[in-house]
Amino acid sequence: MSAIFIMIGASLLLAIGFLIAFIWSVKSNQYEDDYTPSVRMLFDNTTIQETKQETNNNTKKTK
Amino acid sequence: MYSNATQTKVTCYHCGEDVVEKHYHIKEKEFCCRGCQTVYEIINKSDLCSYYDLEQNPGINQKQEIRKGKFDFLDDAQIIKKLIHFQDDTHQHIIFYLPQMHCASCIWILEHLNKINSGIIKSQVNFIKKEVTIIYNFQETSLKKVAEALTLIGYEPHISLNDVSTDKVKKYDTTAIVKLGIAGFCFGNIMMLSFPEYFSLAKSDDIGLKTWFNYLNLFLALPVFFYSASEFFISGYKGLRQKFLNIDAPIALAVLITFGRSLYEILSGTGAGYLDSMSGIVFFMLIGRYFQNRTYQSISFDRDFTSYFPLGVSVINEDGTEKQISVADLKVGNRIKIHNDEIIPADSILFLGKATIDYSFVTGESLPVEKSIGEIAYAGGKQTSGAIELEVVKEVSQSYLTQLWNNEAFKENKEEVKVSFIHRVSRYFTYFLFSIAAIAAIYWSINDPSKVWGTVTAVLIVACPCALLLSATFTNGNMIRILNKYKLYVKNASVIEYMSEIDTVVFDKTGTITEQGKSEISFQGIELFETQSQLIHSLANQSNHPLSKSIVSFLPFSKRLNIKNYKEFKGFGTSATINGHFIKMGSSDFVLGKDSAQLISGSRVYVSIDEEFIGYFIVKNAYRNGLEKIVSSLHTQFDLKILSGDNSSEENYLKTIFGNKTEMLFEQKPEDKLNFIKHLQNNHKKVLMIGDGLNDAGALKQSNVGIAISDNTNNFSPACDAVLSGKNFTLLKELVNYCRKQKTIIFSSFVLSILYNFVGLFIAVQGDLKPVIAAILMPISSISIVLLTTGLSSFYELKLKKLNPDKSQF
Repeated sequence: MSAIFIMIGASLLLAIGFLIAFIWSVKSNQYEDDYTPSVRMLFDNTTIQETKQETNNNTKKTK
Repeated sequence: MYSNATQTKVTCYHCGEDVVEKHYHIKEKEFCCRGCQTVYEIINKSDLCSYYDLEQNPGINQKQEIRKGKFDFLDDAQIIKKLIHFQDDTHQHIIFYLPQMHCASCIWILEHLNKINSGIIKSQVNFIKKEVTIIYNFQETSLKKVAEALTLIGYEPHISLNDVSTDKVKKYDTTAIVKLGIAGFCFGNIMMLSFPEYFSLAKSDDIGLKTWFNYLNLFLALPVFFYSASEFFISGYKGLRQKFLNIDAPIALAVLITFGRSLYEILSGTGAGYLDSMSGIVFFMLIGRYFQNRTYQSISFDRDFTSYFPLGVSVINEDGTEKQISVADLKVGNRIKIHNDEIIPADSILFLGKATIDYSFVTGESLPVEKSIGEIAYAGGKQTSGAIELEVVKEVSQSYLTQLWNNEAFKENKEEVKVSFIHRVSRYFTYFLFSIAAIAAIYWSINDPSKVWGTVTAVLIVACPCALLLSATFTNGNMIRILNKYKLYVKNASVIEYMSEIDTVVFDKTGTITEQGKSEISFQGIELFETQSQLIHSLANQSNHPLSKSIVSFLPFSKRLNIKNYKEFKGFGTSATINGHFIKMGSSDFVLGKDSAQLISGSRVYVSIDEEFIGYFIVKNAYRNGLEKIVSSLHTQFDLKILSGDNSSEENYLKTIFGNKTEMLFEQKPEDKLNFIKHLQNNHKKVLMIGDGLNDAGALKQSNVGIAISDNTNNFSPACDAVLSGKNFTLLKELVNYCRKQKTIIFSSFVLSILYNFVGLFIAVQGDLKPVIAAILMPISSISIVLLTTGLSSFYELKLKKLNPDKSQF
């Protein structure tokens, strides 16, 4: 029966881990805008990669 | 992608408007104007043509050209400092509000801004708020250049005086969600750990396991009690300190007693307590609150004149040079330059140029006013005919318009003045509850004194007033959601209750019952042939007079004709020789040489060609569609009144719609409107004010419910309790009646919860409340209340659904 003490404790710890993840996601404003990311992920990858490269180049230039 | 080429009607590749003049095209792509073509060229050059693939004709119409140098004030270091959100050695962060944002293409192009201006490091869109956060290198580019880059592709950032006011960053409040998350988490886990208790799985010999579970429950209940439920304690305490028993006080008491008894039972080892019920109650109530308080991020309800006024203005120095300064720094005696389509920021005297000022938004006058040199131009008017120079006579905060905001109506907070009926009901409920607890206590103190303590706490635990709060919050939340569907955006839940008490409806005229910026034109006289209409069009096109502009938009477009001897006689009309024909247009005095009879409504423009009178145009205010229908239906239920800032030229026409008995007041100043509402309220009227402009701001604020009509929710609307889309204006009566159902719904769900309470109380007064009973009753009553309120509010929605003229989604 003593196993259940440990199991319950462990399951609770695991659950608390998820709770912390939830709080972290809320605090980092991930719920602030729930529309734009859903559109953004559908954009063409190629152009975004290009832009990213350019962004990197830009940041390199400034450094 | 270009699917419209085969159709007879050609639409602009950029913005999707009909192409009238086929002047502008690149390859097979047609554009409606030079602006749209330019934007396309820039987007094409920057290799951003996916913009046109994501959505069809995603662009913003560019017919209205934006003046070069409009953003010169963004070079001012003081202004930059106030606008930007963050700055390090090389980067600055700025958030721009872009009201034009409307589709996926907008998001795409705004997140690829660095292809247009390489100094931009990153841009991120928040579509719901219609904001873009831009990080740029300020050594490579500047704030002004960023704003210009946005303008270049058709997204002119909206920068107003309000952006530099002190509390500009509205923080996204996450505490409500965190509280809710924690309460939900603890509620679920406590329930799970209470299962052995419910089913008596843990036999009395398994004391160790039982204690372990109980202590875990206690541990999980602590954050619920101390963190999630804290707002009920704080609010209840605040209310009690002001000697007012609000709805949170009995809830705080119930939570406190439940927690206290559970703590005692667990620590003394006599029972498992009711921690599952406690955290469940807190969880459900927080859901209800969250649901009710969800706000529309893109609509602001507390705008004052600062959101309407521009941020920067050109000041002309004594040596003739121009300098950009912040409007807030304007001093009396400053010479300012106002360009076409700009707003005059302070009361000033016209010094140079031709002023035609559109006051429709500020005073309600439907036609622009011409001002001559030396006349005073009040702040808030929009210049519509070229650049003018003015001398400031009053500072911004002292001007005629802004004085309104010093009125006491803007200082008091409506919510604090009135007490919701829910609070009243909750008070009776609390008294009722205490008397039951007292009776049970007396009974048991005679029969079995050991049960007194247990019974009293059980009564207070099981008959939690949360049912009432839940009914209210879920009903309100659901009604707000449904009203939102019909494009009535209410500021908060109490507006629904105030709306249900309305008995008087006051309308503003310009922009409220008339459509903003539109007028109705008809031509009376001979049948117009194409040649004649072309001649009239060409002449009218020369003039900046508002009536001429209406005529231009009324007549079909014509070729550019040869115009000679163009003359404009101020206050009379215009004349010119076009293609050899002499045309005169203007007042009857000017064209016919005699005065005409009094008009029923609107203004007339007489036309003669080669000294031969051919007829006249009638330009009237365009009233909203279905106005007559809605007025006659409102008449049966409410007292109607009209409060207009405009002159009384439309009075006779309005009488035909509103009837002779309706009180109509014209040429009302903003203060007059406010005082009129106050006067009605002193006569115990509950007033619903419907307006749109800055001049209604005082009346909207003073009234019991102020609804701002807006044809475009992105546009400026003054401080109000609710914003209604102009398209759904005809639904007004049904929307008000829908709000009236709020009390019915809350009462019926309350009755239901009372039934549950009786069952619970019946068990509780016998002094034998098992945790499992409480744990079953609590969620069942909560869920059935939620279902009932949702069902009822959707049922009452059916009537609205049938009538809804505008089915497009938000």
